[in-house]
Amino acid sequence: MRLKLVPENTSFDFFSRWKVWLGISGLMMVIAFASFMLQGLNFGIDFRGGTTIRTQSTQELDVGVYRDAIAPLGLGDVTITEIFDPTFGPDENVAMIRIQAQDGAESVTAETIAAVEGALQAVVPDIQFVSVESVGPKVSGELIQTAVIAVVLAIGAVLVYIWLRFEWQFALGAVAALVHDVLLTIGIFSELQIRFDLAIIAALLTIVGYSLNDTVVVFDRVRENLRKYKKKDLKEVLNLSINETLSRTVMTSVTTLLALVSLYVLGGDVIRGFVFAMIWGVIVGTYSSVFVASTILLWLGVKRDWSKPSNTAGNQFANIDA
Amino acid sequence: MLQIDTWKRVLIWLVCVVGLLMALPNAFYTRVEQSNDAKAAIELGIDTPEMQAQAGQWPDWLPSSLVNLGLDLRGGAHLLAEVQVGDVYETRMEAMWPEVRDALRDERATVGTIRRQPSAPDEIRVRISQPDGMPSALEAVRGLARQVQTLTGVGATDIEVSADGDTLIVKLSEAEKLASDDRTVRQALEIVRRRIDEVGTREPTIQRQGTDRILIQVPGIGSASELKDIIGTTAQLTFNPVVARGTDPDVVPGVGEEVVPSIDENGVYYTIESAPVVTGEELVDAQPSFDQNGRPAVSFRFNTSGARKFGDYTRDNIGAPFAIVLDDEVISAPVIQSHIPGGSGIITGNFTVEESTNLAVLLRAGALPAGLEFLEERTIGPELGQDSIDAGKVATTVAFAAVLIFMALSYGLFGIFANIALLINVGLIFGLLSLIGATLTLPGIAGIVLTVGMAVDANVLIFERIREELKSAKGPARAIDLGYEKALSAILDANITTFITAVILFAIGSGPVRGFAITLGLGILTSVFTAIFVTRLMIIMWFERRRPKTIEV
Repeated sequence: MRLKLVPENTSFDFFSRWKVWLGISGLMMVIAFASFMLQGLNFGIDFRGGTTIRTQSTQELDVGVYRDAIAPLGLGDVTITEIFDPTFGPDENVAMIRIQAQDGAESVTAETIAAVEGALQAVVPDIQFVSVESVGPKVSGELIQTAVIAVVLAIGAVLVYIWLRFEWQFALGAVAALVHDVLLTIGIFSELQIRFDLAIIAALLTIVGYSLNDTVVVFDRVRENLRKYKKKDLKEVLNLSINETLSRTVMTSVTTLLALVSLYVLGGDVIRGFVFAMIWGVIVGTYSSVFVASTILLWLGVKRDWSKPSNTAGNQFANIDA
Repeated sequence: MLQIDTWKRVLIWLVCVVGLLMALPNAFYTRVEQSNDAKAAIELGIDTPEMQAQAGQWPDWLPSSLVNLGLDLRGGAHLLAEVQVGDVYETRMEAMWPEVRDALRDERATVGTIRRQPSAPDEIRVRISQPDGMPSALEAVRGLARQVQTLTGVGATDIEVSADGDTLIVKLSEAEKLASDDRTVRQALEIVRRRIDEVGTREPTIQRQGTDRILIQVPGIGSASELKDIIGTTAQLTFNPVVARGTDPDVVPGVGEEVVPSIDENGVYYTIESAPVVTGEELVDAQPSFDQNGRPAVSFRFNTSGARKFGDYTRDNIGAPFAIVLDDEVISAPVIQSHIPGGSGIITGNFTVEESTNLAVLLRAGALPAGLEFLEERTIGPELGQDSIDAGKVATTVAFAAVLIFMALSYGLFGIFANIALLINVGLIFGLLSLIGATLTLPGIAGIVLTVGMAVDANVLIFERIREELKSAKGPARAIDLGYEKALSAILDANITTFITAVILFAIGSGPVRGFAITLGLGILTSVFTAIFVTRLMIIMWFERRRPKTIEV
């Protein structure tokens, strides 16, 4: 007996309420964007400069004590958060201290770090500084820039690739889904104020890759079915293709999620934000390849009449039988 | 149909076996690491029975390259330093001044008297008393210019000379600045490397980044500030004649003199002659030692020309004080007791043993041509790294088990084929990582876990396709064949797009992001290989043996 997540021969109509789905996606994107504009991202030091110190001690942790110890140093904005994690032992009390970039300092000041460490050691004698990271404002500015370039380049490269392999309507559909996914991921990071650092950019790009993976598999089937069923109208072909690939879509999402969830639960707190972004991306990416990419493809329409060759639709790369 | 040439079969298995062999050392990480270290030590001549025993822990005929663990896994320090290339311009201009002065003096008849004006550190401004003589002044100074080798600039010279009213301005040309920046960064890189090698830590990474930055990663070091103490000091050592000693920092020094503070004595300032007698560049050796009172000191030796200058000076100035200056601070200013002919001496000061050892290291490695400014600094404790490794191991194992069980439940025997391929796949990733000496970081582990999830995708695509083909009532052999054939374009398109993002990440990202891109990219390559070749070969071998009339996928 086989485990089957999706029954054989499904025939769901994915487009009966396509306006609703597109509306929901649009609304979510607006909310995500509004949240990003109003609340902003909780940038880590990679992007806005400053210092984070991760401390560990066997004593019960009292954030107030830490705050009082650091306050006299006058370092401006200091955030102290206690970190809880199932992988910690009973006497592992971990805190994360974040200090803003100091005004006028182009580079990292060792004195500031030493002062903070000294102040904390005075109140919590057994405190350990398990990691200390500082990024100067000069570098963090550049990091934002390269991150944005990376995301834009990735989306651009993918647009070109799909355009070469399919048709421009497919490329637009795929990219609309990508923008949707990236925007929603940024939105949830802004809404939940999860720390947004360099690793999250890697996660974003992986989401771009994954979401595309999904979209391409559906589109590949659409391309095949368009040639097979010349008489069916586009909506039917799209529905058929999505139904045919549904089992695979769900299988792959589930295996990937299985792997990611175990990393989320057991992988420790250092990469939790990163894994969270990927889990969210897999869910959103799976949704978007069906309800955004395909819907947009339906909306844009595809040239079906192949009897008259045209310069605009398809090209020599589309027929590579790879 | 369902045939693979024998040579292809051999090749596929060979790739798997070689890949897994390359990955094997990583399964015995500590043992192989110890053995490698011991072998390196024996090569250096430290041949003890313990070393031999440790070296013998891993046989010679097996591959022994390991995946490097990134700083976030092993702990250590990371620094991004910017070389202050502008510092060098000032030195260049100072060295240029006597030449400019002499050239203009030769033209005194037309130029009149000259006077140097205060200016930005990277230029010289000279006022001449007879502005009519400016053309000949310009000509005279331009005569000092030297050709610069550049890629584009034909006839580019190292200085630019211009006139502003009665003032003559000398600057370094853009071409020369570029060339000078490049030299400065290279020298700084070399000095940093030498200093870190002197300390003798394992596998440091010292790379140039961009035009004027140096990335330094040293695993296993306690903190970034320790590292900064070693590489951040310029260590310009000079021996200068002392003009006066006082407590007023604002005393006006004479021409060619400067005021520098003392390192140990608070509020004491020395007026010294700017031109040093000898500099640290002429040192051939420096060792930590002790003075006659048993206090830590640094003993040094000059090369021949340094020794001669030092000898001559001490012979002529017995009884005069003499300052040992490190980075514009006086370490000590002893009085010359006698002629020191041999070219060796000792620096005393209020050193701790550690300070004297560090100073000796710095002097041996040479001075940095320019200062370093630290833009980024990260210290990761070894415990945190170990915790991350442990958590990563548990997570990967569980992720693995979940996916394996899920695949077996969903696809039965075919799922088991896919599982074997998946195991080979992860082996191949580690094999490739060891082969290219890549660094595994925490996001890299996440990349592997993600690959585990996604690697089955190709197989899922194929199996689903075989299922569909079976429905149209073709024979099993035909269905398998068609399944592979038709799934291929989707597999390639899907993986190429992901690969594109991995390449972009690699090209643009740095540090941990790059580590992630490497594992993701390699994972895509190996997973396509295992899905298209390895599972197919397994299925075909099974099919040939059993010849089933029907198959269930």
